[in-house]
Amino acid sequence: MESDILVVDDSAAIRKILQRVLRQTGIAIKDIHEAGDGKEALELLKSHKVHLVLSDINMPNMDGLQLLAALKASAEWAPIPVVMITTEGGEAKVSEAVNLGAVGYVRKPFTADQIKEKLVGIL
Amino acid sequence: MNVPNLIASSIRHSAMEVFSTMLSVDLGSDETTTEPAGSGPNDGVVSFIGLAGSWVGTGSIVCSPTLACRICSQMLQTESTAVDEEVLDAVAELTNMIIGGVKTDLERHLGELGLSIPTVIFGKNFLTKSAGTAEWVVERFGWEGEILQVKLCLAPNEKSGRHDPNALGQTVPLDVKPYA
Repeated sequence: MESDILVVDDSAAIRKILQRVLRQTGIAIKDIHEAGDGKEALELLKSHKVHLVLSDINMPNMDGLQLLAALKASAEWAPIPVVMITTEGGEAKVSEAVNLGAVGYVRKPFTADQIKEKLVGIL
Repeated sequence: MNVPNLIASSIRHSAMEVFSTMLSVDLGSDETTTEPAGSGPNDGVVSFIGLAGSWVGTGSIVCSPTLACRICSQMLQTESTAVDEEVLDAVAELTNMIIGGVKTDLERHLGELGLSIPTVIFGKNFLTKSAGTAEWVVERFGWEGEILQVKLCLAPNEKSGRHDPNALGQTVPLDVKPYA
């Protein structure tokens, strides 16, 4: 089955890199959607069904942890696996993300292999 | 604990890791210096990102427009020939990743720190001023005949315990103005 993935990051550069890296993983992907923050992501999810969310933590308007909490509070979106991709390598942020329901965590900078390794068991 | 040496070592490790992983580039030899809190006029691309927690300060990257375009081209695998929004965004993300790596490393020694969202400035003959009084630790890296500077100033937070390390925004007030 081909998957739809939502990439959430306020950096257009990172979204562009993830578009390329995700295509390089060999994972069957239908579409990669993009959002610049948590609010945009929630808006996009109202009209698009996705199988995975890859989200940054530090973002303006609505950060990645707030987005994660909003997704897990929704009956419709709670089953969507969420992987955090962020520079926040500290234990506190990792624990908070895991406690909120994130299924994985990739630290920036990342390689295509690290992304693939994280996603293969999820999709 | 020698904090300036710790900062220099963290910057070196983080910058080399980010360039190697995200740009497939081995950064050239580096040089460590310190700069006073106030500095002379700037030309080119300068980014800033705030750190806050038990210590407060600012991280910064300084490079020429040529190097900024080269960084963007290498990072996004495009051809950037002039500084535009995409180039500024690439430098912002580079700053986020390098100083984010430094932050994670320093937290093992200095306690939890929060990281703001980066700001990038491109111009000629402008002054910048951070309200902090700490000296900047500066690492200079060579790449294809250009110099990339990664800088960090950090000082103990006098208001420690009352500061929210998760606060976003420029945590140390920053002033940017034309150099008369």
